[in-house]
Order: sequence, then structure tokens, then C-alpha cells
Amino acid sequence: MLKVLENTVPVACWSCSVAHNESTLFCPDCSKIQPPSSGDFFSVFGLEHRLNIDLAALEQEFHRLSRRLHPDRFARASENEKDWSLADTALLNDAYRTLKDPLRRTEYLLKLEGAEMGVSAAAPSDAALVQNQEKIQNQQKTSRVPADLLGEVFDLNMQLEEMRMARKMGQEDPELKESLRQAKEKFVGLVGAVDRELRAQWTIWDGGDAAARQPAQQAMMALLDRRKYLSNLVRDVTEILGD
Amino acid sequence: MAEGHVVGIDLGTTNSLVAYMEGDRPVVIPGVDGSNLVPSVVALDPITAKGGRPTVTVGNSARKALIETPERVIYSVKRLMGRDLEEVRTELKFFPFRLAGDIEAGEVPRIQLGELRFTPPEISAYVLRQLKRNAERFFGSPVTQAVITVPAYFNDAQRQATKDAGRMAGLDVLRLVNEPTAAALAYGLDRAKEGTIAVYDFGGGTFDISILKLRDGIFEVQSTNGDTHLGGDDIDNLLLTIALDEIYAEHGVDLRAHPGAVQGLRKAAIDAKIRLSTEQAANFDIELPNGDRYQREIPRAVFELLIEPVLKRTAVPCKQAMADAGVTPEQIDEVVLVGGSTRIPAVRALVDDLFHLGARGKKPHTELNPDEVVALGAAVQAGILAGASKTTDDMLLLDVTPLSLGIEQLGGTVARIIQRNSTIPASATEHFTTGVDGQTNVAIHVLQGERELAADCRSLARFDLKGIPPMAAGLPRIEVRFLIDADGILHVTAREQRSGKAAEIEVKPTYGLTDEQVENMILDSFDHAEEDFSRRLLIEARNEADTILAAVGRAPQNPAWNELSAEEQAAIAAARDRLVLIMQGSDLNAISQAMVALDKATRRFAELMMDAAVSSAIRGKTMNEAGKEVNDAVSAPHDFAPAEFK
Repeated sequence: MLKVLENTVPVACWSCSVAHNESTLFCPDCSKIQPPSSGDFFSVFGLEHRLNIDLAALEQEFHRLSRRLHPDRFARASENEKDWSLADTALLNDAYRTLKDPLRRTEYLLKLEGAEMGVSAAAPSDAALVQNQEKIQNQQKTSRVPADLLGEVFDLNMQLEEMRMARKMGQEDPELKESLRQAKEKFVGLVGAVDRELRAQWTIWDGGDAAARQPAQQAMMALLDRRKYLSNLVRDVTEILGD
Repeated sequence: MAEGHVVGIDLGTTNSLVAYMEGDRPVVIPGVDGSNLVPSVVALDPITAKGGRPTVTVGNSARKALIETPERVIYSVKRLMGRDLEEVRTELKFFPFRLAGDIEAGEVPRIQLGELRFTPPEISAYVLRQLKRNAERFFGSPVTQAVITVPAYFNDAQRQATKDAGRMAGLDVLRLVNEPTAAALAYGLDRAKEGTIAVYDFGGGTFDISILKLRDGIFEVQSTNGDTHLGGDDIDNLLLTIALDEIYAEHGVDLRAHPGAVQGLRKAAIDAKIRLSTEQAANFDIELPNGDRYQREIPRAVFELLIEPVLKRTAVPCKQAMADAGVTPEQIDEVVLVGGSTRIPAVRALVDDLFHLGARGKKPHTELNPDEVVALGAAVQAGILAGASKTTDDMLLLDVTPLSLGIEQLGGTVARIIQRNSTIPASATEHFTTGVDGQTNVAIHVLQGERELAADCRSLARFDLKGIPPMAAGLPRIEVRFLIDADGILHVTAREQRSGKAAEIEVKPTYGLTDEQVENMILDSFDHAEEDFSRRLLIEARNEADTILAAVGRAPQNPAWNELSAEEQAAIAAARDRLVLIMQGSDLNAISQAMVALDKATRRFAELMMDAAVSSAIRGKTMNEAGKEVNDAVSAPHDFAPAEFK
């Protein structure tokens, strides 16, 4: 059964009236599906806020809950139960998709912990269009070049431009290609280094108290920014090399 | 509430089928002619019923009308489902149908069929109704719930149109299932396999590739990709175009001006394509209106060269699907082939190459009939939903959305909110605000697709968030929740958070029918009336018998009749007399069996007549004398299935 982490107000089961905790997916007494609660992605799996996760156990729990919650199990149930099953399964799927991916998981947890993921966007001036604040912040964030890589990124962009021009003229410069390959290798290595640092910060965060967590959060935010930037570069180079 | 059977329906571009779970195995339900396949062809009867609308026929008999009255027949309508006017116009270049004249942009296109006009979902509804009736005849009880399959790469509008068609046919569509996933269910039933499988589904009009992980009865789709505009039809059109061009160049005859002749030539092209799967060469030998003969041998090597560009188009989605699932060809344990076009040897060679099968000593799975496997899988899913079978109790399908969902933002770019290949149901919550002081409306444009610019994606809907309390610009916080349900269809709800007021939301699909329009298009509302069901079946069976008998009555006037032996003629007469006798009684099964017997007896005659019809249509002669109704036996690419009646 689902573990309940927080002490929540008991509510009565809609079907059998037995009281249970609000965040329970099924009534412990009659097993009927309950109206969706407002838990976060970790609580869906009965997990505490932790960055190191046992992925095999997560998958197993995902499959176990899917078997019980999926709309296929409620095809002939009442309209209410159908709606709850749909909402619960969407939450379960969203939670699994987020938690199984190390980067999404880190981002999500940082957001839960109230990390400021960027500065507020200016109010939109065009009345006809809608601003989507979060997206704009993300775009601003990923265009920031890491300070220690300014020189190398500049060189790489020059080479990419050169390669594009050569391609347009139908020419291949093997030397340029080789140099880009080496650059790619280097940046792939840097991504790997970021991932290792990120994991180290996970452990600090998971094991630390509030005082230790604060600097770990700051470090992780910077690492995520850096990683986004690096993987965009790697993607561009891969695209041009065609491999 | 009494709950009857839940059937599984494969609503195909070329053929459609209905199946159900008989105990622990899926079985296809044959039509009254004993055939498992119902051609997805709908025709308006040339004889208008007095006062009312003309009768609509579906399946083999409708297909025969293609040559006699091509302007009253429609096929491959699946290619038009959920598409807008512009797309339908492009599509129709290859088909003989006409759009109704006075359609405005934004309206669901209607096809002119004789003196009437139909939306694509209505045409599909006629096919579905035929399948529903076949199942009802088979069970002897009403069928109201169904699972219908759709190409995995169908977008929201195409899925909605399919669901609408089900409703018009009087079916409660419990679930839309992706075709490749359904095929995986059918294959996964008897083998408790674990591992990663790829389903390569190359049908009449669509191509899909899906990669699934199987574990403990859970079928978890990892990724899916495809092309809803790629299928056997494209190969037919290629052969047809070449033949038309050659006929024009060599004989100065433009057959394009004769729709009936084009249909005859299309049939010859399809026959040639099918023959080339087993033989090294196929021939066109056709008499032209000016008396010339168009003779052309197509060696298999030439055919393969010709279709290579079409086949190659299936490779890109396969590679993308593998990349999205994060697997290499070597990590794919099994490959399943689905769809009639996978019978082509060149397609099998391509699949072998794409997934490195031969190199690993593996072969693709073709054990289940590629024409039937999707319907069988739909029946398995129907069994899962009905919860009635022990076999399907442990099975669960976790499918994905094939296309990313996004919102148009400043500058015409798309902000992605749900990524493609997300397990469904999936949801996303986004926050919006206003741009000017006191603004009470916000317009949101939802798109589906992978491109960066809104203009390049498929417009799904425009939402108007209304009734936002007047506040300073940027202050309102409107929470919009997007939910893709288990059918892959989008739902939207909105709430203004600062005032706590639920914003009124007006959903206007960019294309598609409104609820009210669908209600008005529901076929035979009498289907729901409290009438005696078996009586209705009996009346229908007698009507059908009358039609068949009338056609047989005309048979001796057809030149093909004289080609039959005296024994064959006597056998037909005996079967006819038996049906006349039995249909006076009220034994439904006996009448059905007598009809099947007569159908079998006239099979060779029908073939002879069809051959004559094809060549005379190409010569431009009319077929007044050709029988109107005898059940034909054209080119069904599989053996005649014996009829089963309980």
C-alpha cells in the first residue's frame, strides 16, 4: 500500500464511509479508488524528497500502481471513478516520467524546495499575446555562456560557422571535421564531469540538514545551467558532423 | 444494466474487421458472405428509395459499384479523417471523389456522393455500422460497446473524428487503441515474452513504428513514430500513374477523363502489385477504347526500383523511434510485421536491414495474418476493458502520445508542454497572465507537432479564457491544465488563481465537428429504440436475401453466365431455390447459411463477371447488362474463410 508521509486530515471513503488519510489513492477498507489528492510526485511513490533513487524499485512500483489505477481498469465503472482514475494515472505517469530522469528529477526537487530558477520576466507589452513566464526564463537561462568556457565556445562557434559555409559550397574540410570531432569529445567529457558533480551534490543534499542543503541547491542550479548549455553545444556539433 | 460483448474493431484504410474474445483467444467475426474482411468502401445505391435517402451499401458489394458508378462510391476515407479543407484537396488529387462545392474554410469538408454529401466521419460510420451489424448477427444480441484502432501517429483531430464516427454508428467507443500496439497485444497473448519488440505496421494508407517493452504482462510503449500519409495506396498510385502516362504517350488515349476506366486500371495495378510479391514478373494487358492493347511486363526488379523511394520513407521514422526509445537495433529482441504491404519482399528486406535481423539469425514475426492481427489485438484490449477474461486480467497496455503538445508564444514560436512519447494519460499545468490593465480575455493557441514554429505545427484548438476579473496587467494568474486521456485526446480546464474564480473556457477546435453536429449525424436513431431485436435481424436478413436473389435472377442475361458449365448453373439454381424456401420461415441461422451457400455457388460466376466488367470498363463500354449485386470475390488477398454461425 501507499505509504502516507504527512499526517493529513482523515476523510470518509465515498463508498464505504470508513475514514482514511486524505492522500490515500484507495480506501484501505473497501479498496475503492478515492478522489485525487494534492500530493507531490515523490509522495505518489511513497518516497521522501531524495535525489538518489532506486530506479528498479521505482519501475516496479510504477507498474504495480498502473495495474490498479489505469483507466482500462475502470472502463465500466461510474463516471466519478473514471474521472479519478484518469486524474490519478496522469499524475502517476507525470511523476514517473519526472523522477526516472536524473535531470528532470533534480530540477523538480529544486523547484519543490522553492529554489528561484530565474528572474521574473518583464510584463508583456503586447496585449494580444500571452506571456508564458517560465518558458521565457528558461530561454534566458540557457543562453548564458559559462565564464570559464568563453574562449573555447567562441572558437567552436567559429568552426561551426566555417563548417556550415563549407557545406553550402559542397566542400568537405577533413581537418576542420577532425577538429570539430575533438571539440565534441571534449564537450561530451565536460557533460560527464557535470553529471558526476551533480551526483556528488545529490548525496550532500540527501544526507544534509537545512544548512548543508542550501549551498548544495545553489551548486545544483549552477550545474543544471551549465549542463544545458553544454548539451546544446554537443547537439549542434553532432548535427553538423552528421553522426 | 445488461452488459453485452465489447468488440474490437480495426477501421482500416482498405479493409475493416471486427473481432471479439472467445474465451481466452481473439476471433474475427465473419460477415454474411463468410469473409473476415469488410472492404472500407461505401456506395450509394443507384436506385433511390421512394421519397427517402438512397440506400447505402458497404463492403464487397460497394466495391463492385466502383466500376459501374464511380461517382457514387467512396473508399480510403481514412486518409481524409480529421483533415482540413486544404489537406483534403491535396489528398483528392489521387482519388476520383469530389468535394462538395460550397465549403467554407474551417468547416469539416464534405464529399459529394451522387446527389448527397457526407463528412469523412459519416462515411466511416457506415463502415462501422456494417461491422456492428455483422457482430450482432453473429451474437444474436445488440452490440453497443467497442474498442477501435487508429494509426499510432494519428493526431488529436484524427482521433476525435474516429470517435465521432463510432458515436454516429451507435457505438460507445470505450477506447481508441494504436494499431501497432494492438498488434503487439495479439502477439503477446500466447507467448509470455519479456523484452523489447518493434512493430512495423505498413498498411494501406498509413505507416507506424512502435517500440515496446514487455514485462509481466505490462506492454509499455517506449516510443512511436510514423507517417499518416504513407501506405500501399502510394504504391498503387505510382503504378497507376506510370500506366496512365504510358497509355497517353504510346497510344494517345487519356484515360484520366474516364473515372470508371481509371478504377479498372487501378484494380489491374493492385493485382500486379500483389502478384509481384510471389512472382518474378506481372503483366498489364488491357484493351483501350481505340481498340489498341496496352501490354506491359513489369519485372520484380523494376518494381522494386520503382517503389524504393516509397519504402525508404519508412526508414526515417524507424530510426527516430529507436533514438527516442534509447535503443540500438541490436537491443530489439523481436520485430513484428503488420499490414498488407509487409507482404512485399522488398519491404521485408528493408526491415531486415533496419533492425539487423538476418545478421543476428533472427526473422520478423509474421505468424498471425497481417490483415487480421490488429483486429485480434483490438479484441484483446476489449477483453482487458471488459475485465471478463482470465487471460487478459494480468495484461495492461501503457501507450504514449505520438506528438508533442505545445502553446504558441510571442513571436510565433512553440513552447512545448507535453513531450512526444510521454506515457498517457499525461498532463501539464501552465500559468498565463494578461498583457494590459483590465484585460478580461486571454486567447491560447494549442498546437501539436515537433517543429519550432507554430505555423509549421498542426493547430489543434484556440481557447478563449473569458471572465478574468479586471486587474492590473500581469497580476492575474490563470492556471490552465492540459490533459491527454488514454485515447490520446486533449482536454483543457482553466482557473484564475488570484480571485479563485474558475475562468469560463470556450473551446473551439480548429477543425472537427461540434457535439451538436455529431448528434445530428447519428445513423439510424431507431437502433436505440426498444424494438424486438431478433425481429429486426430477421427483417434485415430477408432484405439481404431479396437483394441476392434479385441479382441471381439477372445472372442468365449476363454473357458470363454462358461460360459456366451446366453443373455450375444447376448448382446455382438449387441453392437459389433453397434460399427462396427457407426465407419464408423465421430461422435466422438457416437463412444466413442458405445465403452463404448461394454465395459460394455463384462465386465463380462473380469472378467471371468482374473480369468482364474490368476489361469492358477500360474499353469504355457501359455495363448495363452486368449483374447488379451478386457477391463478388475480387482480389481479397487471403483465402476464403468458411462461415461460422452459432
